[in-house]
Formats: sequence, structure tokens, C-alpha cells
Amino acid sequence: MKRETILEASGLKRYYEVERGSFKAKAELKALNGATFTLEKGCTLAVVGESGCGKSTLARLVTMIEAPTAGELSIRGVDIVAADLATKRKLKSKVQIVFQDPYGSLNPRQKIGHALEEPLLVNTNMSKDERRRAVRAMMDLVGLRPEQYDRFPHMFSGGQRQRIAVARALMLNPEIVVLDEPVSALDVSIQAQILNLLLDLQQRFNLAYLFISHDLSVVKHVADEIMVMYLGMVIEMGSRDAIFTHPRHPYTRALLSATPVADPLREKKRIVLHGEPPSPIDPPHGCYFNPRCTETIDICFKQFPDLRPCGKARVACHNPIGDS
Amino acid sequence: MAELTYNQGLDTRQSGRLELLKEFWRYFSENRGAVIGLIFFVVIIIIAVFADLIAPHLPNHQYRDAFLQPPFWQEGGSVKFILGTDAVGRDMLSRLIHGARYSLFIGCVVVSLALIVGVSLGLIAGFFRGWIDTTIMRLMDIVLSFPSLLLALVLVAILGPSLVNAMIAIAIVQQPHYVRLTRAAVMGEMSKDYVTAARVIGVRRLRLMFVTILPNCMAPLIVQAALSFSTAILDAAALGFLGMGAQPPTPEWGTMLAEAREFILRAWWVVTFPGCAILFTVLAINLMGDGLRDALDPKLKSS
Repeated sequence: MKRETILEASGLKRYYEVERGSFKAKAELKALNGATFTLEKGCTLAVVGESGCGKSTLARLVTMIEAPTAGELSIRGVDIVAADLATKRKLKSKVQIVFQDPYGSLNPRQKIGHALEEPLLVNTNMSKDERRRAVRAMMDLVGLRPEQYDRFPHMFSGGQRQRIAVARALMLNPEIVVLDEPVSALDVSIQAQILNLLLDLQQRFNLAYLFISHDLSVVKHVADEIMVMYLGMVIEMGSRDAIFTHPRHPYTRALLSATPVADPLREKKRIVLHGEPPSPIDPPHGCYFNPRCTETIDICFKQFPDLRPCGKARVACHNPIGDS
Repeated sequence: MAELTYNQGLDTRQSGRLELLKEFWRYFSENRGAVIGLIFFVVIIIIAVFADLIAPHLPNHQYRDAFLQPPFWQEGGSVKFILGTDAVGRDMLSRLIHGARYSLFIGCVVVSLALIVGVSLGLIAGFFRGWIDTTIMRLMDIVLSFPSLLLALVLVAILGPSLVNAMIAIAIVQQPHYVRLTRAAVMGEMSKDYVTAARVIGVRRLRLMFVTILPNCMAPLIVQAALSFSTAILDAAALGFLGMGAQPPTPEWGTMLAEAREFILRAWWVVTFPGCAILFTVLAINLMGDGLRDALDPKLKSS
């Protein structure tokens, strides 16, 4: 199957300035410190990592809510950082987002029919009838009933709200959908429904998903490629099977070992990481993971490793597992 | 499977708005004071609207044979002038009834003026932040740093004493409260996902400000509007009393008080009735505003 690259990011960085009181110099928080990846049509790239690793910052950059501090981001070969306003508006409709919290992502004063019409209202010059028809078709597609058109968000359950959020994201026929932990706020029983809906829609519209999650069992279910992040850095990247069967980075291994498996006979080999992730304002010298790593060698304290090929994946580690 | 279970947990309530209104009334009617206030307020509105029909006499007609006549139950009073007459023989009751018009008019104009300007400024400040925010808020701080009635007095002195100028002055004095409230509410809403979602969809700034964000900030503003309605009436009465508001012979309650000042010792009714009119109207509106606040904003609820 030939894959068509739709989004390219290289060396994407986003720094925030943080005030530390009036008498101290402003600090630089490196929320995202160089991410390079590509997204292909019809594929899902999952981004995993613990809180504060830059997953959501990445989502905000890809959806153009924020501009990157440095690096390049292009959709279908058009650089969106340097693009003029009109091009940006056009490209913006190609990337949509579904948020984690279905309670916060819908306007409480807007009927859902109107919420779904809004993207068409502000971006196209479709007539009212055409818009209503498009909305009803989309509602049908995501499993909402037509009579729910005139209801307000507070009258829906979490799973239904997430369906509405997905429907709204798809109203403009995007090519890329950023899913920022789309199921982690939902009940486990509802999670599967939403995930299956997302997979159906991906096949139907040939969508590229950037799937952000910290739930590895969910990632295993949906991802084609996986990108593991730690403190704003990409530390391992590869196909789902490569990452799940042969994790190379000690951090990835620890993450995977923390995933609960529904098999009581399976021997549990949990690798527990000690300590907290270091502050992104003042990261440790050398590899950012060195204070919590069990496989450190001398060079780990001197230099941050580059992302380099290792087996089927690419790993940023001086001493990857299974390499010695 | 998804098709089978998608409608679970659905709220089967019929229509959103009617239901919201019913729920609002349930909370509102829990507060007895608020309901009494509302009833009183509605009565005043009716009186003001039908003042010409209800009032037994013309408000400015002088009965030369009945100067300072006491209310009917006192010796020397007559049923012709139920609440007595003032120093130039005008019927107190008719003047009070017509005065209700002025009070409501003042309240409406001042609140609308302050609301429109204040909400716009607050929305701009909260939405754009940065230097625009700083400029607007410091200006409002300056307005707030004067005692409100004093500032209103100064403004009327500059603009010239009249009812319209008094209303403008009071609106200017009141508007910082709206700016602050709106700004705080807007800043709270701005951080929510639905605003970001609207941006990603491509909603432009003006629509984002007025269609997406503003309706979600209305609850505290409605309460503030209701409460400052009474402040406006009170301030206008105070300005009228000081001779800076409505000019005689307008039957405005504050102005009536001012005209009656010299008769306080001789004819109690010429001061007491306009005073009571102001007192009860303001009290009713405040009670109503409190109930409104409790019903609309559970976070502000006083236990």
C-alpha cells in the first residue's frame, strides 16, 4: 500500500517564558524541544508519555492554535509557519482537533445542531438548508439521532458529547484529526465505542490521526506508529509492533511494563521508575532521563543522545536495551 | 454494537429553554423575599405604565385652595387628596405615581448605558489582554477611586444639571463594575476548551467574542444589572435632592424631597412619602436581585 505523506514536522520546538518573581530573570520552559515526524493519510501516529512531556503542546502546534518557537511544519508541502493569512485559514480547516474533556469542549449555550453547523457557517457559503442536511448526515454517521439536533450539551452523556465533538471536527472534511486523549475522560465501556467509531471514520474518510494518549492499551488498539516522548523530547519512534515487542529505550520499557494486562496467569514484571520527571525549566545535564534510568553509562551524564536507527525503530539512547 | 447503545443515558427532557426557565423559577421562588420584591417591582411597572389612568390628578396641577393639606386620615385632610398636597397645592399621590415613571426610566437608561459600554470594554480587555487590558483597567481603577456620588456630582456640574446629564453621569460611575465583572468572566471562559475548539474551526474574533464567549458570561452580569438598577434610582434621587438631577417641577422622587426640605417640621407627609417610595422600590429591587443571583449563579450562593 502506497502511503501519502500529508504532514511533515521537523525540529518542532515550543518554548514558554515563565516568570519566577520580579527579581529573577525569566526562565525558559522547553515544553517541546525538537520533534520530527511525518503523518500519512489513513494512518495513526500515537504520541505517548507521562503528563508534562509535551504531548498537548504538540497538539496545539499541529492544530495551529499556537505557533512554534522554531522548526518547520508543513501540510502537503506547504509550510504553515511562513504561510500568509489566507493560506493559513485554508490549511486550518484541514487540521481539526478533538479534546479530552467532552464537558469543556462544547459551548454550553449552543444547541448541538448549531454547534455542528458553525464550522460550515464561518468557512463556507452554503445555504441554511445545505448546512442542515450536512449536519444531519454527519450526525447519522457518528451515531446521533436527528431529534437530538435541538438539544443542548448538558442533556448528553460523556460518550455522546464526544461523538458530537468528533462530528464537529469532521464537518470541514479535514485530512488530519488531532485526538488529544479523546477517550481518557470516558467510562471504559464507552471508550471502546468511541475508539471503534474513530477507526470506522478513519477508514471511511482516509483520515490521518495524531493520537495523543497515556493509555498504552488504547494506543495498542489504534496506532500504526508510536512516538514516545519524555520532557519535550522524542525518545523513541517506530511501528506499533516494534515498540510493543522490542522496546529499546529504558523509559519505553518501563512505560510498557506499567500497562495492565487482563491475563491473571501472566507473570508481572513491573519496572518501577523512581522519582519524578525533572523540571523542564532546569533539565538535568546529559540525557534528561538519567536520574531515573537503570541503564546509565558515563556518556549519559554528558550528552543528550540523538535519535538514531536501532533495529526497526529509532531511539534516542546511548545504551539501548538489547544492543549490547 | 455502537448503534445499540448510543442512546443510553439520554436525558429525555423535552425542550432546553422552557426547562431552564422552569428550573430558574424553582430556585427563584425558594427565596420568599425575592418573590415579594418581584411582585412589588411588577406593581411599580404597572403603575408607571398606566400612570395617566391611575393618578387622580395631574402631577403638576396646582390647587390654590389646598396648600400643604395633610393626608385624608388626619384632621384637615380630605379624600380628594389621599396623601395630601405639597407646598404649592399639587397632589402628592399623583406626583408619586408619575415619579415611578421617572425612576424606572432612570434605572433602565442608566443600566443599559452602563451595561453596553461596560460589557464591551470588559470583553475587549479580557479577550485581548496585554496593553489594551492594562489601559482599560487602569482607567476604570481611576473612576473607581472616587466616591461614586461625588464623581457623579462633578460630572453633572461639568455637563450641566438636568435629568439626562445625571443619567449619563451615573452610568459612567457605574460602568467600571461591569467592566471588571465581564473581564473576569471572559478570562475564565477563554481558558475553556470550547473557545479553543471554536478557534480551530475557524470562528473569527468578533463572532468568538460576542457569539461564543459573551452568552456564557451573562449570569453575573444580569445580577449586577438588577442590583445596579436600584443604585441608579438611589443615585438619581440623591442628585435630584442636591438640585443636580431632574429639575422642578418634574415629579422625580429625589427632586420632590429637595423641594420639601423646608417643610420637614411642619408637614411630615411631603418628605415621608417620596422617601418611602424610594426606600421600598430600592428594597424590592435589591431583594429581587439577591434572588436572581442565587438562582442564576450557585457559586455566589449565600447559605
